Amino acid sequence: MATPDADKTIDLRGTRCPLNWVKTKLRLEEMQPGKVLEVVVDDGGPARNVPRSVEAEGHRVLALTNGSGGVHIFIERQ
Amino acid sequence: MTAFTEDQIERYSRHIILPEVGGKGQRKLLAAKVLLVGAGGLGSPAGLYLAAAGVGTIGVVDSDAVELSNLQRQVLHATADLGRPKCLSAKEAMEGINPDVRVIAHDQRLTAQNILDIIADYDIVLDGSDNFPTRYLVNDACVMAGKPLSHGSILRFEGQATTILPGQGPCYRCIYPEPPPPGAIPSCQEAGVLGVTAGIVGLIQATEAVKMILGLGGLLAGRLLLYNGLNMTFRELRVRRRDDCAVCSEHPTITELIDYEEFCGLRA
Repeated sequence: MATPDADKTIDLRGTRCPLNWVKTKLRLEEMQPGKVLEVVVDDGGPARNVPRSVEAEGHRVLALTNGSGGVHIFIERQ
Repeated sequence: MTAFTEDQIERYSRHIILPEVGGKGQRKLLAAKVLLVGAGGLGSPAGLYLAAAGVGTIGVVDSDAVELSNLQRQVLHATADLGRPKCLSAKEAMEGINPDVRVIAHDQRLTAQNILDIIADYDIVLDGSDNFPTRYLVNDACVMAGKPLSHGSILRFEGQATTILPGQGPCYRCIYPEPPPPGAIPSCQEAGVLGVTAGIVGLIQATEAVKMILGLGGLLAGRLLLYNGLNMTFRELRVRRRDDCAVCSEHPTITELIDYEEFCGLRA
């Protein structure tokens, strides 16, 4: 699957739940609707929890990919 | 827009996670200025939680010193504070909880002469006073200045709270037009109060203040909430603006602030 182009990327590997989501949310608040944020989180709990929170808040998860030492979440800000 | 520090992100994470608050709401809290009238039973729990919530500027008006009989409910103050000015122990307690909070201590009694200058610097007034002269003075001044006001009062096992949005909803005088005659209603000093009652009502007031800052939810404007801790009931009365309200109607008869204690000899 082709990964979407991200307007911004943040690396939150090593950041535990729920702080990884809090930091993701703060970054999304600064972005315009339609822009894409790429977040890199640890596999396991964070890779399951962050996308769930993203969607609960009404944003779109465009893609989830396994990359170098983490999971890349591509989020379209609504 | 200043960025949050790492500590702030962690400290306020449970607020930021709330869809209704977020970083945007937390910034509003940090920018907000709330005045506590009294650092007593009601002001204590309200002050502690407002400080913890990150309300950036909190003013405290109180001219009393901490007494042993206060400590059963006035949780801002500790045994080691006995004899110290309440507004100073309140300041230390609130700033100790959260270094983001600046507490301004007003070590004085509110009077018709000073109240408008003091409330001018704040967005919201939280009345935790324990006497009628102050309560009416605060109501009248907030109406005249157009300041949102959270009212609370307690006695024995009971309490009440309402939120006054001048020009939009009823004020305290719409509900109770005049102070009761001196001695008609006992004070907590005379009649006692179950300490936890102060916590319940003070935190209802703090909740209203936080919601006003965030622009959230339904306020207690036009509603008088009555709490009875003995039966554990909450009731509410719908209250309306009075066309003939002496202070908030179109043709007020009270246009200057009144110091009732001088007027009718009632002592706080």
